[in-house]
This record gives sequence, structure tokens and C-alpha cells, in this order.
Amino acid sequence: MAEQPYTIVIGLEVHVQLLTESKLFCGCSTKFGAPPNTQTCPICIGMPGVLPVMNRRAVELAVKTGLALNCEIARFSKWDRKNYYYPDLPKGFQISQYDLPICRGGYLDVPSPNREGMRRIRIIRVHLEEDAGKSMHDEKAGRADSRIDLNRAGTPLLEIVTQPDIRSPAEAKAFLTELKLLLNYLEVSDCNMQEGSLRVDANINLHIPTEDGQYVATPIVEVKNMNSFRAVERALTYEAQRQYEAFLETGHRLGDVPKQTRGWDEDAQLTRPQRSKEESSDYRYFPEPDLVPVTVTDAELEALRQQLGELPADIRRRLQETYHLNDYDSDVIVNQGRAFVDYFCQLADTCGDGKMAANWAQQDVLRTLNERDWTITQFPISAAELARLLCRVKSGELDTAKARMVFGHMVDHQATVDEAIQSLGIVQVDETELRQLCAELLASNPKVVAEVKSGKDKAIGSLVGQAKKRNPHVNPARVKEICLELIRQETT
Amino acid sequence: MISLAEIEKVAVLARLLLTPAESQQMTEQLGKILEYMSLLNEVNTENVEPLAHAVELTNVFREDRVTPSLDREMALANAPHRDEECYRVPAVLGEV
Repeated sequence: MAEQPYTIVIGLEVHVQLLTESKLFCGCSTKFGAPPNTQTCPICIGMPGVLPVMNRRAVELAVKTGLALNCEIARFSKWDRKNYYYPDLPKGFQISQYDLPICRGGYLDVPSPNREGMRRIRIIRVHLEEDAGKSMHDEKAGRADSRIDLNRAGTPLLEIVTQPDIRSPAEAKAFLTELKLLLNYLEVSDCNMQEGSLRVDANINLHIPTEDGQYVATPIVEVKNMNSFRAVERALTYEAQRQYEAFLETGHRLGDVPKQTRGWDEDAQLTRPQRSKEESSDYRYFPEPDLVPVTVTDAELEALRQQLGELPADIRRRLQETYHLNDYDSDVIVNQGRAFVDYFCQLADTCGDGKMAANWAQQDVLRTLNERDWTITQFPISAAELARLLCRVKSGELDTAKARMVFGHMVDHQATVDEAIQSLGIVQVDETELRQLCAELLASNPKVVAEVKSGKDKAIGSLVGQAKKRNPHVNPARVKEICLELIRQETT
Repeated sequence: MISLAEIEKVAVLARLLLTPAESQQMTEQLGKILEYMSLLNEVNTENVEPLAHAVELTNVFREDRVTPSLDREMALANAPHRDEECYRVPAVLGEV
């Protein structure tokens, strides 16, 4: 990509649904996909006279997220009403947190998209709030009507706001990928964008250098309606260029025009203006009288910290240090989740070869999981049994092609290595027998031996062919090794 | 205390349609209320911690357990417009 004549400045606002069983203020289920309006009660549809009661688990998940994002956790936080009218907001206000959010400050270290180390993206705040319902536009009703499903109303949401530290659309995608991984590991959210459990808006503008060594900033635009991480990257790439062209045309700087909201149009691959956002004061925040404040003690914080478990960045480092994996391999393994990491570590520890374990875990195991739509917990071969197979490959008892056959048989028949070898009729050739065979071949092929001695190792190939003819069970790689070894012994 | 313009802005935010006469009346009445409330400004609040809540309680929680929801028929019973599954409202376009 050509050098851009500007710096891109991006801040993200991410909403994730928490993995609680019930809603934030009532016992209605948060399960996705239920028939419309079957998961509501007087509290979440805003009937008069009802009282919300805070879900303890939601607060704990918010604090765990804050700890994992290196935030300062508020020892005292409170709830506020954000007032606006919209048909999917039954109470006419959203219960949120305004001036005393549960977490402040913090950061997330993100692998830089061009693999040049890490980039630290600072977090401004993390707060808890309730989700709204869903509006569905119904065209076929003759006159255009909207249908409202309030199943989602009152589902606990975490809003995570970053500083404008992100410098490219690719970095925005990398941040989201790392955040999703972290929240998956914490079991805070499944971050499934298709089901709306992760939603992201971006604030973006440009710093364009001027001749005096300073820069001018373009007006900030909030980009919405991005439905995948790839869409985020594309939308921001489009928007940056659009702002540059708009600046060249109008010369508008930050402050010249009100903040604009634009929506990403996936089909047209461009952003379009949306209705301007109301000013923050227009939400007329005021303290929520129906909920009492939340306090967190040192002991509670420590208990939650103990529950965090090893986080993705630490696991990546451990895989690289303990098993000598590179960035890519450790990434692939960590991205599969905690259970897969455990499987890999047991495999690597038992077979004693990290690189080999990584290859098999990524190629054979992962491919099988993908093909059969399994998770690692459903995988029929235990790490210990797979390690036994890998040991046979290492010792030369099985070549890789045969080992793959054995692996396939083990998966299909839930067999042990020995059972699979037996069922497949793979006869393991005794080492002494194999050496004997090689010695005979060398004796009857002096020409080949001579060629090898003159430096043409490749000539050995014809001996491997002959060996397979005499005994189809021999491991070709092993035949080659033994023959070369014997010739070398002869020479010295 | 409060201007006519402020009243008109708040009325829009609260989705209230006021006649010019009503706006005028509201401006006067709300102004008087605000004036009365401003008596509180005379209290010396130096060294007094801001109050987050009138009740001196914290940490009232419920456990994360699912309880039965309303039957859909009952949930939709009060809706002025509805169909089998959903509330129906005049089309809303654009985002808030």
C-alpha cells in the first residue's frame, strides 16, 4: 500500500452481551433465538411500579473484564438513567452508568497487524448497562410498520470505550480480534457478531500534516452498522479516504461542522450520512433511584482476580518459551480456546517435541475438528494416545503417511494406536530385520553404493523401491537412513 | 430562571406537543418551581460528600437464575397495536 499523506486516528466503542443466564434486572432468560416476546416480564418491558434488582453475576463479569484490561476498578459505582425515546426502549430510558463507571483506565496490548511487536491501545472506561429490544422493519404490511421484539431488552451489556489510539483500519480489526479472544477466555461474552452479542462503532478522523510541521484535524465521524470485523476494516479504510477527499474539497476542519454519524453500507461498500447524534446532555442523565450503588472490597477483587485464569497473551508467551513455537503457530493454538491449548500442551509434553505436536495439532487435529464440526472436547483421541502415535513416528517405526492412516482409523473407530495398527494390517518391521535387508541391498547394488559415495545421495531412491518390493511394510525414510548410515560406516 | 427556548427543547425531547400558550405557561410555572428549589443553594454544602442514593444501602443483588417469563399473550395484552408475535409501531427509520 502506498504511503498515505495523513495519519488515521480511530477510537472504538464496543458493546458486548454478557454470558449470564438471566437479564440484568430480572430473571428472564437471555438465550438467543427464542420466539419474539417470549422472554419478557413486567420489569424488562417497563410496566409501572416494578423494581429492578441487579444481577450479581453481571457485576462480577464486568469486574473480571476490567481486571483483564488492566483497569482501575471503582470501589464505589452507581447507576444512571439515560433518557431517550425509541420504540425498542420500553421504559423511555436506559439504565446505564454515567459519572461513576465500574472500570476506568486500562489498556489492551494487541499484536500489530504487520507483526512488528505489540501495540498498546488504552481503554477509557468499561461500564455496565442494559440492552434495548429489537426493531424489525416490516415492508409487506402495506403501510410501513415496525415490529418490536423485547426479548433482548434488559440483557446485560458491557460498553468498552478505547482512547483514539488506533492508527489504521487493520489495527482496529486486530484490536477487536484480541478483545474477542480475551472475552472468550474470560467467559464474559461469546462475542458472536451474527447474533449481535458484539457490536462496534468507530470514531475516526485524520491528522493531515501541514508545511509548517503541524497538522490539521478533520471533523470526527462516528461510523456505525459494521457487521463483521472485516466490515470494520473496510468501512474505516473507505471512510479515511472519503475524509481526505472531503478535506481537499471543502477544507473543513475539526470544529467547523457538527459531529456526523455515518452508516456502513455493506452492499455498496461505502458510508452514508445518518441522523446526527443528540448531544450527550440531551440524554438528561440522572441517578437511578431504583438501584443502590455497588461497592467492591479488596478481598472481592482478589477473589475475582484468582478466577481470571491464564490469559491469551500469557499463553502465547508460554507456548513460545516452553515449546519454541513461532508467533503464527502459538496464535493458531491460542485462538482455538483454553481446552485446545490444554490438549496441545499435554500432547507436546508427552511426546517431547513441541514443533511436531504443533504440526499435528494444527494440521491433523484441527482439520478433523473443522471437517466434523467438533470441539476439542468431542475429539475421540486423547492427547496421551496421540502422543503415543507421534512417538512411533519419531522413532521411525511409522512413516508420516502410515501415521496419518493410523490417525484416521483412530478417529473413525475410537481405537488406540495399537488397535489401529493391527486393524490396518500395518506390520512393523523389526529393526534388526530392516538392517539385514538394507545390508543385502547394498551388497547386491555396488553401483548405487558407488554413486552415493561420489556424493549423489539421491541414488539411494532405487534401493528404497527395491526394499518396498521385498517387504511392503518397511518405512521408506528409515530404509534411506539406514542405507546411508551403512555406506558411511563403510567409508570411514 | 428558564427560557422559553429551553422549555421548547425539553418538550421536544420529552415528545410533548405544546401550544405557544402552553409553552409560555410552562415557562412561568417551571421557572417558579426552579426558583423555589434554588432555596437549597443557600445551604452550606462544603465538606459534604455528594450523595449517590437517598437510601444508605449498597450491593443489593439477585443471583443469576432464570425465572419464568410472562406468557406472550399477557405481555402483548396492553399494546395498542400488535400482531401474533410482536408489538407494532409506526415505522422508525434511521438510528438514534
